[in-house]
Amino acid sequence: MGVGGQGTILASKVLSVGLARAGYDVKMSEIHGMSQRGGSVTTHVRFGAKVYSPIVDERGADILVSFEKVEAVRWLAFLKRGGMLVVNDYEIRPLSVLTGTAEYPDGVTGKLRSEVPRMIAFDAVKIASDLGSVKAQNVVLLGALVKGMKLDHIDWNAVLKDSVPPKLYELNARAFAAGAAELK
Amino acid sequence: MKEIMTGNEAIARGAWEAGCHVAAAYPGTPSSEILENVARYGEIDAEWSTNEKVAVEVASGAALGGARALAAMKHVGLNVAADPLFTMSYIGSNGGLVIVTADDPGFFSSQNEQDNRWYAMHAKIPMLEPSDSQECLDFTKDAFELSERFDAPLLFRVTTRICHSKSIVETGERGEVPIKPYDKNPGKCVMQPSAAMVRRRLMEEREAKLRAFSNDCKFNRIEWGSERHIGVITSGVSYQHAREAWSDMGGRVSFLKLGLTWPLPGDLIAKFASEVETLYVIEENEPYIENFVRRNGIECAGMELLPAIGELNAGIIRAAMRGGETPAPYKTDITAPPRPPVLCPGCSHRGIAFALSKYKDILVSGDIGCYTLSVMPPLSVIDSVICMGASVSAGIGFRKAFSRAGAREDARKEGKKINKVFGMIGDSTFFHSGITGLIDAVVNRSAIALCIVDNRITAMTGHQENPGTGRTIRGETTETVDLTAICTACGVKPENVRKIDPYNLAETEKAVKDAYDSDEIFVLITTRPCALIKDVQRKRANVRCEVDDKLCVKCKACMRVGCPALAFRDGRIEIDGSSCNGCTICAQVCPRHAISQAGEFND
Repeated sequence: MGVGGQGTILASKVLSVGLARAGYDVKMSEIHGMSQRGGSVTTHVRFGAKVYSPIVDERGADILVSFEKVEAVRWLAFLKRGGMLVVNDYEIRPLSVLTGTAEYPDGVTGKLRSEVPRMIAFDAVKIASDLGSVKAQNVVLLGALVKGMKLDHIDWNAVLKDSVPPKLYELNARAFAAGAAELK
Repeated sequence: MKEIMTGNEAIARGAWEAGCHVAAAYPGTPSSEILENVARYGEIDAEWSTNEKVAVEVASGAALGGARALAAMKHVGLNVAADPLFTMSYIGSNGGLVIVTADDPGFFSSQNEQDNRWYAMHAKIPMLEPSDSQECLDFTKDAFELSERFDAPLLFRVTTRICHSKSIVETGERGEVPIKPYDKNPGKCVMQPSAAMVRRRLMEEREAKLRAFSNDCKFNRIEWGSERHIGVITSGVSYQHAREAWSDMGGRVSFLKLGLTWPLPGDLIAKFASEVETLYVIEENEPYIENFVRRNGIECAGMELLPAIGELNAGIIRAAMRGGETPAPYKTDITAPPRPPVLCPGCSHRGIAFALSKYKDILVSGDIGCYTLSVMPPLSVIDSVICMGASVSAGIGFRKAFSRAGAREDARKEGKKINKVFGMIGDSTFFHSGITGLIDAVVNRSAIALCIVDNRITAMTGHQENPGTGRTIRGETTETVDLTAICTACGVKPENVRKIDPYNLAETEKAVKDAYDSDEIFVLITTRPCALIKDVQRKRANVRCEVDDKLCVKCKACMRVGCPALAFRDGRIEIDGSSCNGCTICAQVCPRHAISQAGEFND
């Protein structure tokens, strides 16, 4: 889950295509709210030998990847006990905070870490930006997800090559590798 | 070939494979991508229609003329198109006529949660409900055949989770279908009372044939489990959730999976019910199947256990039907601040919404589009949103009520006199159904002030062309319908139609004041394109606003425009240069001129 404009849906599409090519049954569901920018965006990806429902239930996710810090809090109940939480250590303040009707909480990653044993947080925006474009933050996080789910046997570079414009392929391949490297 | 597709992509593919010739739609989430994808297939004559009624009528004419035709819309769009829908049931088809309704259980992006399955029952037309993308493709192909075979329009009912979920699909090739001959037949096609009466009787015969078909067709099937103690009747995406909910039972549960859900298969349901011990009906929204089952004297459990509001998932079904303990979810003591959708940085609606927000004695009758979001604080300008076009017509009504009461209650308490009524409507919505309201206002002398916020695109549904953009669904150049000319042709005085640049706050505020002061009907047309149009983004990519900390007195006047690129952080105003497009609305409200535009425009 993330915020409109972060590339959450594209990352999920790449993931789904890769899983389908590897022979899994895959279903992906996306909810993009009413606004083009700034609203909450969630996608669910389920794969296996046979998948029925396209959506993940509460306490049903093996891995939860939050493209924005506080979104991890909002959707935490979807994580399975023992599941892995990946958090982009990056703040996007909602308008409710900007206008002062709500507060952006302090210590989000610390509190998440004390609750979820398998939790990792890093700044994918900085990593992507250092590589050349903040827009690649989604692929950085995808790299971490793939590593976290031990799906590195799939040829993700080939999937990326077919999913992004040719001139952005190198950047995305590096972003993917950098994200994977965050999970040692 | 195997591909991974959304339901919407699969419907488009199915239409193409079925030899569909004509497709028409008005965009609306979650249906919009159906026509966007149809338009990629050159063999199908695709159009964005002015509204859903037009779309269904275009498709109806095409079908009667012998073509295979499809119309697509979101659930509330079918209300707009209900008029042709009901009478096309009398007329029937010639070439296949398929009408797609995309319902939105859970209100992901809609003003209501209506269950359009009732439309099929009400209009007495067959209905198909696919459960995944493969069925979207297969059923669409079947839909045209059924429509032709039973001489009826067919309702194709999907929901958000079908439209916007991807799953693996086996695709095929297009089968060309010749255009059927057209024979003039007023008894079938001219629905005046005597002909309609005859057709009405034929509809009952058709319903009987369809009922027999429904009991014995591939769409409605029993999937016996290894045991028969639990039987589940379900359809659509609920089938997938129900399968998932009992997936740990090792195939012991039996399912009656319904794909043709009007007419419902009474005999098949009775047979299934008689062979299982406990019968569940699992469906989202309304007890549509359950009512039918109970009316047929069959005991079942359904809505008394399931929520009547919102979408289902496997977890809800499991908890409702099976109970049992579940481990506590992870949780923290942090409260996540709400993140509702907002007007984007650089949004061309912000200037006029801000100008309106300064008047506390006006009523703003809103409409369906991004500008609805100016209801959010700090702008808080919208008073009502009902449906497409209602900004104008409901505004007329508000004004009638206020002119009798003297003033709105809260304004009267502050000693204010009669309120001014403003309407706020987008370009596409105005073409869709605002024009009729404007004519009504002119003829009935209702001095409302209508703001047509023309951002040159149908924005909220994901940037579709409309009659004001000068392009067709395929991006071909076409006539551009002139908003100003329409308003004056409707009878608004030319001097009362004002075009304004909403990025220019002084000009916008002056126009709003003139409209406020006028005793005549007034129209303000904003002329800035949506900030997210690719060409606009490219031109403004390096332009942004910057704060001069030496001049800023931290009065936060700029925060009142409600721009998500602005933040007060660590004791200073910050502007996020990556999302700011330099529209300068914040700069124009700064009393100290501490904000200025920086960067260069691209050519």
